[in-house]
Amino acid sequence: MKKTYKIEVDCANCANKMEEAAKKTNGVKDAVVNFMTLKMSVEFEDGVNPKEVMKEVVKNCKIVEDDCEIFL
Amino acid sequence: MNKKQKKVLQRIIISFLCILLFAFIPVEGYVEFVLYMIPYLIIGYDILKKAIKGIMNKQVFDENFLMAVATVGAIALGDYKEGVAVMLFYQIGELFQSYAVGKSRRNISDLMDIRPDYANIEREDGKEEKVDPDEVEIGSIIIVKPGEKVPIDGMIIEGKTSLNTSALTGESVPREVNVGDEVISGCVNLTGLLKIETTKEFGESTVSKILDLVENASSKKSKSENFISKFAKYYTPAVCYGAVALAICPPIVNQLFLNASPQWGEWIFRALTFLVISCPCALVISIPLSFFAGIGGASHEGVLVKGSNYLETLSQTKYVVFDKTGTMTQGVFEVNDIHHSTINNDQLLEYAALAESYSTHPISKSLQRAYAKEIDKSRIGHVEEVSGKGVIANVDNKEIAVGNDKLMNQLHIDYHDCHSVGTIVHVAIDGEYVGHILISDTMKPNAKKAIEELKSIGMKKTIMLTGDMNNIALQVAHDLGIDEVYSELLPSDKVDKVEEILRNKEDKEKVAFVGDGINDAPVLSRADIGIAMGALGSDAAIEAADIVLMDDDPLKIAKAIKISKKCIRIVYQNIYFAIGVKLICLVLGAMGIANMWVAIFADVGVMVIAVLNAIRALYVKKL
Repeated sequence: MKKTYKIEVDCANCANKMEEAAKKTNGVKDAVVNFMTLKMSVEFEDGVNPKEVMKEVVKNCKIVEDDCEIFL
Repeated sequence: MNKKQKKVLQRIIISFLCILLFAFIPVEGYVEFVLYMIPYLIIGYDILKKAIKGIMNKQVFDENFLMAVATVGAIALGDYKEGVAVMLFYQIGELFQSYAVGKSRRNISDLMDIRPDYANIEREDGKEEKVDPDEVEIGSIIIVKPGEKVPIDGMIIEGKTSLNTSALTGESVPREVNVGDEVISGCVNLTGLLKIETTKEFGESTVSKILDLVENASSKKSKSENFISKFAKYYTPAVCYGAVALAICPPIVNQLFLNASPQWGEWIFRALTFLVISCPCALVISIPLSFFAGIGGASHEGVLVKGSNYLETLSQTKYVVFDKTGTMTQGVFEVNDIHHSTINNDQLLEYAALAESYSTHPISKSLQRAYAKEIDKSRIGHVEEVSGKGVIANVDNKEIAVGNDKLMNQLHIDYHDCHSVGTIVHVAIDGEYVGHILISDTMKPNAKKAIEELKSIGMKKTIMLTGDMNNIALQVAHDLGIDEVYSELLPSDKVDKVEEILRNKEDKEKVAFVGDGINDAPVLSRADIGIAMGALGSDAAIEAADIVLMDDDPLKIAKAIKISKKCIRIVYQNIYFAIGVKLICLVLGAMGIANMWVAIFADVGVMVIAVLNAIRALYVKKL
């Protein structure tokens, strides 16, 4: 399953870091952060609850870049 | 500027004024320190906060950390002015970057401003109502006034007008439409009032699909983008360790082995300079920005690129393989010529058109079109169709035979062969041969020029694949100046041919296949890059291809390649420029030649230049 979320982040490198962090989150198969359109598309692994996973994703992103926002 | 940016601007102005003011106040020691801490904290408090948070989250190597260490270090060494200035310029750079990125985001979305905001639906009582296009159901009647965008795909049931399709195709000549014509969302109605019956939902309409495609395009990252992300990941820590080494090693060497003074202050200062230079922002921002601008500019010209990676591949294209019908030719049969006629040409055509008037074969359709007058069916008597050969019809009480050589042989009529390529329709009246009509697929007006353009931008070979007969294929290839041609191919043969071409080329040379996207989906996906043309309104083509040309002008192929080349050139310029300047500054910084001010240029200046350069990728109109 694939979902796209709007994000808010200030610098391109931070966006890359968010992408890394999201990719490493359990339950996430793949994640792509697009800094230009400020969107994060997340591909979830089968059988996971996207809402739960996204909570973790937000947490992990906040660790690498405090000043970021993901609109769930 | 948004709120956040305005606040930063205020802080920049205040601290800048402070520094100016303090330059005239002759103070020293602690007073000076306290004085300079005011602008320092005003301008840098958020950076310091983020740096501390980063350390607590074990994420040390980010630019906040670099800036915090560099400025705190400079202040600790007594260079208050430098410390504050570095922070100030860093913030100016950041502000510029966020402003430039925001602006180009808006620019590009303005370019693609094809999203309709509302639809006027006609209610049952005949009144119109403005609604969200999402709410319009299939089969609703919508009203589009002059100047408005067509919000949803549909069919015209009332009114005629000319439509401006330039937002979709880049084509500036308006398209005339009439009752019964299909209209595509995103076009602008120029002259008349239209009533349209919708055939799709908003989400499935052309305009939504295109927007979706373009917005998601830069998610497919190119090799250069991935390279930069990787580079940034290793570069920042590497420079930080380098800085630590620079601060510690030379003084120790000085003291222990050279018996010189360790000069701790000097080396630490050089290390701090190092840190300021090390910020990877210029690189990381300018590469995706270039691609985004390139894709935005291309879509404005009616070239949809589905991802940055495709733009990159397209720029490396050396072989262009075409389908013939629908790509280089119109795919429509037309009467091209009449030969050996013993009667008036118009009259010959008239007889042929009348005789064939009951047939729905493409050939007879083209005869009707060429005749272009109403068929008077009362003039036609008995009609006999001879399967695979033609027709024998009674028109004006004459026996008209219209068909191929087999029909002429059957009727024992002498006929002239034709030296031209195409389908030949012989006509005989009462057993007397009166000439033949040449019907062939016509070339697209720009086809020849398109091939010339492709050659002029360095394509190694142009190749045409077609299912058509050999002599027709050779003729077309010859007329257009195509290098190689393979004819009488089945769809699966085309895939084999493309695979053969892929095997025989060098690794870095890419093969593009251009087709109309309707029946060549397998080939489109097999080639390094698949280009579908004339895709306006064809979902299948948009799905199958990597690059979609909205109108069916073959000149756009060369244009797309030129756009990609320009974009990639800018990307490489930025990579080389940014890395180059940084490396040079790093070396100069280590040698003590570059001071803090050079370091600030290496960081902020390079970024500004790289961002401005990236935005150039947007301007592709004149290519």
